[in-house]
Amino acid sequence: MFGRLTWEAIPTYSAVALSGAAVTVLGAVAIVVILTYFKLWKWLYVNWLTTVDHKKIGVMYIILAFIMLLRGFADGIMMRAQQMMAIDGVGYLTHDHFQQVFTAHGTIMIFFVATPFFSGLANFILPQQLGSRDVAFPFMNAVSFWLTAAGAVLVLISLAIGEFSTAGWTGYPPYSGVGRSPGVGVDYWIWSLFISGWGTTLTGINFAVTITRRRAPGMTLMKMPIFVWTVLCSSIIIMFAFPALTVDLVLLMGDRLLGTHFFTAEDGGNFMNFANIFWMWGHPEVYLLVLPAFGIYSEVVATFSGKPIFGYKTMVQATVIITVVSMMVWLHHFFTMGSSATVNAIFGIATMIIGIPTGMKIFNWLFTMYRGKVRMHSTMYWAIGFMVLFMIGGATGVMHAIVPLDYNLHNTTFLVAHFHNVLIPGVLFGYIAGYQYWFPKAFGFTLDERWGKLSFWGWAIGFTLVFTPLYILGLMGLPRRTAVILDSGMAPLLYVSFIGALVVFFGIFALGMQLYVSIKNRNKLRDTTGDPWDGRTLEWSIPSPTPEFNFARVPVADELDIYANRKRNGKSLTWGELSDIEMPNDTICGFLIGAFSFLLGFGFIWWMWWMAFIGFVGIIGVIIFRSFIDHAEHEVSVDEIREALGAHPSLGEQTAGGVA
Amino acid sequence: MSIDSVPTIHEDLFGFKHNEPDKIDIHGERALAFWFYLMSDAMIFAILFANFGILVHGTAGGPDMSEILNMPRVALQTALLLLSSLTFGLVTISALSKNRNVAIIWLCVTFALGAGFLILEIGEFSEMVAEGATPQVSGFLSAFYVLVGTHGLHMVFGLGMLTVMLIQFLTKGLTLPVLSRLYRVGLFWHFLDLIWVAIFSYVYLPGALN
Repeated sequence: MFGRLTWEAIPTYSAVALSGAAVTVLGAVAIVVILTYFKLWKWLYVNWLTTVDHKKIGVMYIILAFIMLLRGFADGIMMRAQQMMAIDGVGYLTHDHFQQVFTAHGTIMIFFVATPFFSGLANFILPQQLGSRDVAFPFMNAVSFWLTAAGAVLVLISLAIGEFSTAGWTGYPPYSGVGRSPGVGVDYWIWSLFISGWGTTLTGINFAVTITRRRAPGMTLMKMPIFVWTVLCSSIIIMFAFPALTVDLVLLMGDRLLGTHFFTAEDGGNFMNFANIFWMWGHPEVYLLVLPAFGIYSEVVATFSGKPIFGYKTMVQATVIITVVSMMVWLHHFFTMGSSATVNAIFGIATMIIGIPTGMKIFNWLFTMYRGKVRMHSTMYWAIGFMVLFMIGGATGVMHAIVPLDYNLHNTTFLVAHFHNVLIPGVLFGYIAGYQYWFPKAFGFTLDERWGKLSFWGWAIGFTLVFTPLYILGLMGLPRRTAVILDSGMAPLLYVSFIGALVVFFGIFALGMQLYVSIKNRNKLRDTTGDPWDGRTLEWSIPSPTPEFNFARVPVADELDIYANRKRNGKSLTWGELSDIEMPNDTICGFLIGAFSFLLGFGFIWWMWWMAFIGFVGIIGVIIFRSFIDHAEHEVSVDEIREALGAHPSLGEQTAGGVA
Repeated sequence: MSIDSVPTIHEDLFGFKHNEPDKIDIHGERALAFWFYLMSDAMIFAILFANFGILVHGTAGGPDMSEILNMPRVALQTALLLLSSLTFGLVTISALSKNRNVAIIWLCVTFALGAGFLILEIGEFSEMVAEGATPQVSGFLSAFYVLVGTHGLHMVFGLGMLTVMLIQFLTKGLTLPVLSRLYRVGLFWHFLDLIWVAIFSYVYLPGALN
C-alpha cells in the first residue's frame, strides 16, 4: 500500500534536518490555519486556484519564486556556515546532509527561483507590452504554473518525508545511479525536475505563439520592445533545450527503476552521455534565464535615461546570436571529459564568441545612459550594479573557456564563484529590478525607494563579500562541495564569505521590509496615472493595476517606443474600436493537472503504484475532459469596461494628451 | 494570380482566416503551437537517436541488431503505418467535404492499422524478452527499447486521440473546433510516420546490412 514509505522516512538522522522538516511542516500548517481562520478558502479558490488570467498567474509564479528563494538561501548560508565551522573539524552537518543541502540549493535556485521568476515576469508583462489581452493559451498557462508548483512542492516535501538527492544539482551518474544512491533522494530530484520541466516547455510554446500571433496592429518584429525579443528567444531556447532534460531524466529513471544501462559504468552504458545530454539543456538554460534579465535592464535603462535604447538593432542581433550560440557551447562544462583537443578547442572558441554579443549589450546600455537624463531610481541601482559586477563574471567565464586553464579551475570554488557571479548580478538583479519596475502594474502602488536601495546594497556588497573569497580560494585549490576543510590557512577567507552571506540576508530582509512598508504606505505610493516612471512601452498606457482585459481598445503600435513618442508630441495613442471583449473562463482543470502530476511523481518516488496510476489517469482524464469544452469564454460588456476604467485615456474618449 | 491571393492549405481546408484585425484566429494559433510542440518532440527523438548511435556498440556480450531483427515483421509494420497515414488523409478529406460517416469509417480503418502496428511491436518486444534480450542486458538493448518504445508510446497516445476524435465526430459532429482538432491529430499522426521512417532507416536497416 505505501510502497517503500515507512516511518523511517522522517529525517531523524540529524537535528538540523529534523528542524528543517519541522519548519516546512509548520509553514504548511500555518498557511492552512490562516486560510481557515480568515475564511479565505473561497477567496483562494475563486481568485487564484482557478484563475487563467496571465497577470495573476504571473504573480503566483513570483510568489513561488520568492518562497523558494528563502529556502534556497537558507541552504546557501548553511553551506557557508558548515565550511566555516569545518576547518580541521567536522562542522555541524553530516557529510550526507551537507550533500543534500548543496544539491537542494542548486536545484531550487535554478528550477524553482530563477525559472519561475522568469515565467512570472514574462507572463505578467509580455501581453501588456504586446498590446494583447492575454497569452495565446490562458488555460495551458495555468497548467504550466501548476506543474511548476507541483515540482516545487515535491522538493519541499522531500525535507520532511525521506531525503533529497546527494548527487549535486547536476545529478551525474554513476553516483546518481541506483547502486550508489539507492534511496528516494535522486527520485525526488528527477520527478521535481521532470514535472516542472514540462511546465516550462508548455510556457515556452505559449510565449512563442503569443509573440508571433498576438502583437498589436502595426507592431512588426523590429518594433517589439527588447524585453519581448528576449522572451521570444528564451522561448525558442526552451522549446529546443528542455526536451533534452526530459529525456535525460527519463533515461536515468530507467536505470534506477528498471535496471537499464544507459548511464551505468558497466554493460555497455555510457555515463558521460548523461553529462552531454544534461548540458545540452543546461547551458541553453542559463541563457534563457539571463536573456530576459537583459531585456529588463534594457527597459529600465531606457526608461530612466529618458532615451530610446541605444542600438536597438544590435541589441536584437546580439540576443539572437546568443540564442543560437548558446546551443553550441555545452561541452565546456566538462572539458576534462577527455574529448580530443580539437573538440575542446571548438567548444572553447564558441564559448569565447558568445561573450562578444554580451559585451555589445553592455556598451549599448552604457551609451543609452550617456547624455540621457538619468534618474537614479532603485531599479537603476540594480542595472548599474549588474553592469559592474557582471563584467567580472563574464571575464572569469572567458577564463574558463581557455581549456588548459579550465583543467586547473574545474570543480574548484573559482567555478562556483564564476557562475554565481553571472547568475546573481546577471539574472537575479535583473528579475528583482523587473519586480520593482512592474510592481505598480500589478498592485496599483509603487514600492518604497529607500528599502529598495538598501536591498540593492545588501545584495551587491554581500554578493561581493561571499564570492570574492571563493574566487581566491578556488585559485588556491579548494574543491567545490567539500564538507570538511583540511587547510586552516583558508579560514580567514571562509569567515569573510560567511559574513557576506549575512549581508545578503540583510538584502533579502530589506526586500521583505520594502514590501511591508510599501503596503503600509500604499495610499501615499498610489499610482493614479498608470505611468509612474514616464514609461516608453504599451503597458504604461493603461491604468494601474491593469484591468482584467488589459486593453479596453487595442492600440496601434507602428513605431518603436510609440507611447513615449506620442507623449513627447502631446498626443495619445491611436486606439481601436471599443466593443465587448471575450475573455477566457476560469477553470480548476489547471490546478487538477498539477495535483495529479504531484500524485504521479510522489507515487513513483515511493513506489506507490496505485497513486502513480491515479495521477496518470487523472492527468489524461482532465485533458480529455477539457477537449470536449468548445466555449470557454465569457463576454465583458462595454459598460463593464467603462466602469472598470473610469476616465482613463486608454478608453479612448479623450483626443489628446496621454498621461505625462 | 498574385502570391497573396493563393490561400494556404491551412486556410483553404479549414476556412481559417488570417489578417483580420481584432479577430483572434485561435485555431491557427493552436495549429502553430502544435507545430512548436512537434519541434520539441522531434528534439526528444533526436536525442534518443543520438543516444542509440552512442550505445549501439555497447552490446556487453549480448545480442546486436542483426540478431534481434525480424525483417518481415518490420516491413509489415512499416506498411501498416504508411497506409494509416494515407487513410488519415482520407479522414481529413471526407471530414472537410462534410461526409461524416465516411470520415468515421476511415477513422476506424486508421485506428485498426495503428493498432495492428502496435500489436506487431508488442509481439516483437515480447519475443525478444522471451529470448532473454531484455532492456537490462546491455546499453544497446536499453537504447533500442527506449527509442522504439517511445515511438510506440506515442502511437498509444495517438490511438487515444483517434478515439477522442471518433467520439467527438459522433457527439459534436464536424464543427470548426473538432475539425481544428482533427488537423492537429493529423499532424501528430503523420509526424509519427516520419519518426518511424527514421527508426526504420537508422535502427533496423543497418542491422539488416550486417
